Amino acid sequence: MIRDTTWGAKLWATAVWVLVGFFIVNLLAMIATVVTSSFATRWLGTWLPVGWTTRWYASAWSEFQLGDILIVTFQVVGMVVVISGLLGVTAAYALARRDFPGKRLLVLLFLLPLLIPPITFGIPLATVLYRTGLAGTFWGVVAANLVPTVPFVILVMIPFIEQIDPKLEAAARVFGANTFKLFIHVLMPLLLPGILAALLLVLVRTIAMFELTFLVAGPTSQTLVVALYYAVFAAGVRAVQSIDAMAVIYMVTTLIWLIIALRFINPTQIVTRAKQQPAH
Amino acid sequence: MHAHVPAPAATAGPSLRQKLALRGFDAVTFLVVPAAVFSLCLFVYPFAFGLILSFEPKNGGWLANYQRFFSDAYLYDTIINTLALAIPVTVLNLVLAVPVAFRVRLMRRQRLLTTILVLPITLGTVLVAEGLLNYLGPQGWFNRTLMTLGLISHPLRLVHNYWGVFASLLITGFPFTFLLTLSYVTGIDPALEQAGATLGANAWQRFRHIYLPLLMPGFAITFCLSFVQAFSVFPSAVLLGEPAGTTRVISIAAYQAAFEEYDYSMASAVAMIMGFVQLAIVVAVLAARGLFYRGPATGAKG
Repeated sequence: MIRDTTWGAKLWATAVWVLVGFFIVNLLAMIATVVTSSFATRWLGTWLPVGWTTRWYASAWSEFQLGDILIVTFQVVGMVVVISGLLGVTAAYALARRDFPGKRLLVLLFLLPLLIPPITFGIPLATVLYRTGLAGTFWGVVAANLVPTVPFVILVMIPFIEQIDPKLEAAARVFGANTFKLFIHVLMPLLLPGILAALLLVLVRTIAMFELTFLVAGPTSQTLVVALYYAVFAAGVRAVQSIDAMAVIYMVTTLIWLIIALRFINPTQIVTRAKQQPAH
Repeated sequence: MHAHVPAPAATAGPSLRQKLALRGFDAVTFLVVPAAVFSLCLFVYPFAFGLILSFEPKNGGWLANYQRFFSDAYLYDTIINTLALAIPVTVLNLVLAVPVAFRVRLMRRQRLLTTILVLPITLGTVLVAEGLLNYLGPQGWFNRTLMTLGLISHPLRLVHNYWGVFASLLITGFPFTFLLTLSYVTGIDPALEQAGATLGANAWQRFRHIYLPLLMPGFAITFCLSFVQAFSVFPSAVLLGEPAGTTRVISIAAYQAAFEEYDYSMASAVAMIMGFVQLAIVVAVLAARGLFYRGPATGAKG
């Protein structure tokens, strides 16, 4: 490793760490503000609240009907995870194992929903879903959320499947396994870590997916993040602490899954979608 | 090889199934069909539908939506408002992310830092907006700290204006840009830098003449991805900004056309314009990338 020992280099390194520290302090202070406020009796013009209470959680729970919203959220997320797993893994297997005309076009088709921001394709998508009457329903929300998650699973799984030796599958074929048996007995056990990682990422991303759910959800099909948006949007109607209590419930819901996900994946995977495709 | 030898099998010929298998189509290939059909129905079709719908306005000729957009300052200003937010934020994120990534790449234990930085991305823009409303507000800890330190005498106005949205884009955008940059920076063989150092190049020269040319394609992609994220800002522009004024971004215009005026044709036109501006910037950046070095960055042997 190269060691720079000049004063300039040391000063530069210190400046960079101060910058990182400043960012992290502000980030954590921002989160701490929300948590503190949710436990505050009254917090105006002082460093810390006058007193502490947990009653905002009870009031937020009943005011925002969080029980119902949480059930809807987990149903939507569960459905999205299962369907994107089924569609994504099978398609990724075909793309990883076969070379056929039009493959690059297909990969581009799966890449686009990840590169185009949800609000850009969400508006035409919502228009179509409103015309077909799906918007506002549970399945409309699931369908909209699947648009970026299916390609995400495909692109995460392709490199994972490519690294499994095709000889294993050939051996299973020799012993008379059909495609279904091959999937269940040979591929599934080998692919399980990859599928788990991909689906956990889908889960975390779907809980936080605001735009698509917001554009197509109706009153009975909104998820927690959309309900939080409406609560913040109508701030002033309700106590700030009540909204913050809801925000904390949202944070806890997301972070539990993030912590579980981080046991299986590297945090950078949340941003870098998949390994770079090798140039053909 | 060139002699025409009629083989007995040639009369029967390979079956259609064998012909398809030769070109790569067999039962396994067709596993891709469900996902492809799904993508066509829910991604390609809505886009095409929206494009056609945008040329079928409620009243007026086929270009009426676009004419209305580019003649009404309240509408076309949204492009300027969005660019005024997205470009400075993206440039700042990239300028901050590069030195940090260069420092972090030398770290042995990066996981704690990357985990903290992944927090705002996971929590999402709505929660960041709610947090910043409290934290940057006139009574929030940020202003309070500055006043205690004696740097300011009155609280700065940081929410419900341009700077609130700017801060939220910084807090969710910086980790995104940083983690992407880090993955590109760590992908470059350190032997190249060591060779430069052996030949007496100082840190700046090594960055300027070794890393920068190799990283240019990565930076271009990072810039594009960060830019389209910032360009499509929506919840924080409404909650933290001034949605009728300086932070009336283009996605607000599209949303209002669709869900407040119920004019889906106009909304599709705005969405198409939004997509087009993003595409134009991305193409411009990627074209500029072509001016720089292209080639292997891993220093592979042989």
